[in-house]
Amino acid sequence: MRLPRPRGPFSERVFAELVGSDPSPTPVEATSASVLSDDDVQVALWALYELHYRGFEDVDPGHEWSPGLLTTRREVEQRFEDALRELTGPAVDRAIGGAGTTAAQLLAVIDDVEDDPHLDRFLQRAATEEQYLEFLIHRSLYHLKESDPHAWAVPRLAGAPKVALAELQYDEFGGGRPDRLHSTLFARALEGAGLDATYGAYVDVVPAQTLAVNNAMSFFGLHRRLRGAIMGHLAAFESTSSLPCRRYSAGADRLGLGASVQGYFDEHVEADAVHEQLAVRSICQRLVDEEPALRSDVLTGAAACVALDALAGRQMIDAWEQGCSSLLVGSREEVA
Amino acid sequence: MSTQVELCPGGPALVRGADEVVDGAGVAHATTRPVVAVCLCGRSQRAPWCDGTHKVVTAAAPPPSVVGAP
Repeated sequence: MRLPRPRGPFSERVFAELVGSDPSPTPVEATSASVLSDDDVQVALWALYELHYRGFEDVDPGHEWSPGLLTTRREVEQRFEDALRELTGPAVDRAIGGAGTTAAQLLAVIDDVEDDPHLDRFLQRAATEEQYLEFLIHRSLYHLKESDPHAWAVPRLAGAPKVALAELQYDEFGGGRPDRLHSTLFARALEGAGLDATYGAYVDVVPAQTLAVNNAMSFFGLHRRLRGAIMGHLAAFESTSSLPCRRYSAGADRLGLGASVQGYFDEHVEADAVHEQLAVRSICQRLVDEEPALRSDVLTGAAACVALDALAGRQMIDAWEQGCSSLLVGSREEVA
Repeated sequence: MSTQVELCPGGPALVRGADEVVDGAGVAHATTRPVVAVCLCGRSQRAPWCDGTHKVVTAAAPPPSVVGAP
C-alpha cells in the first residue's frame, strides 16, 4: 500500500514529512470544524497509525518511531481525545450515575445513542446494490484488519481479562484455521461482491467519519493508559453486532450479493453472540473489578464506539437520502 | 480440555470444550468454534446457537417454553 492522497494543507505537510528521511513535527492549525469530521486531520492521523500496522511502500519502516511524527501524532491525539470525551461525556456520566454492575452500565451506555441512523434496517430493507456496496467499502477499512486494534491490549492485561481476550481473539483470528481468519472472510466477501479486497484499497474514498471510527480504535489500542477504553470499545462493538449482522445478511440476500457476503455476516451473528458475553462479562466486568479506576474509560470506549458508528452511519444515510454517493469521489472506479 | 458451561444472566450459556450440542429435537450440531453460545431464551433463529434475540425479547415476554406450561 502507498500513502493515501492528502486532503488539505495539514495532511500534505504530514505526508511530505513521512516520505522524507528525517521527519519534523507538523503543527496542527486550529480550525473551527470538529476534528471528528475533518478529512484533512483524520486522513493524516490514519496514515500515522498505519505505520504501526502494515506501513506504506513509500515510507521508511523506521519512521514508526520517528520522534517528529510521534510529536505530530500526539498533538492530533490531544484534539481527538478532547472531541471524543466531549462527545461521550454525557452518556458516560448517565451510565455511572445509574446503579448496577459494570456490565449493566456498559449496556446502558451502548443503548444511549443519540440520533441512531438505523443503518442496519436501511440495508436490510431499502438500500440499492450500489449503496450496499458502498457500505462494504466503508467497512473494509476496519474489517480487513479485524480485531487487530484490540490485540494491542493483550500485553497490557493480566489474569482473567487477558485469558478472555485471548479466547475471543483466537476465534477472530480463525481458531487455528487461516481460511477462517475474519479479515480473510471479509476479503472473500468483498471479492464475492465484485469489490477490491486489497488492504487499504479504499482509504482514499471513505470520508472523515469512517476514518474516525478506525482512528478511535487505534488511539485507544496504542495507549496503555487507555486499555480500559479499547476493551470498552470491544464490548460495545461485539454487543452491537449480532442483531445488525442478521439484518446485513438479510439485505445481502435481498440484493443477491452472493454467498460470501451473507456468509460473512451470518458467521458474525453467531460469533459475536459469544464475543459479546466474553467482552462484557469476562473482560470488562473483571477488569473494572480488578482496577476500579478504569471504569470511566471502559464506558468512554464503549460510548465512543456507538457514537462514532452513529456519525458514520448518519453520513451514509444523509448522502443516500440526497441521492448522492456516501464516498468522497464520484465513483469507485476512479480509484479502483 | 474438560467441558465447561457458563450461564450468562439474561443471555445464553457459554459452552467450552464440547464437540456437539444436541437440540430439543435430538439433532446434534457440531461446534465450530472454541466457545459456543447456546440459546436459552428459546427464540433464536439460529438455534441451538444464540443470535442475540434475547436482548429484544427477554424484557417483553417469557420464553416460549414457559408460555402455556402447567
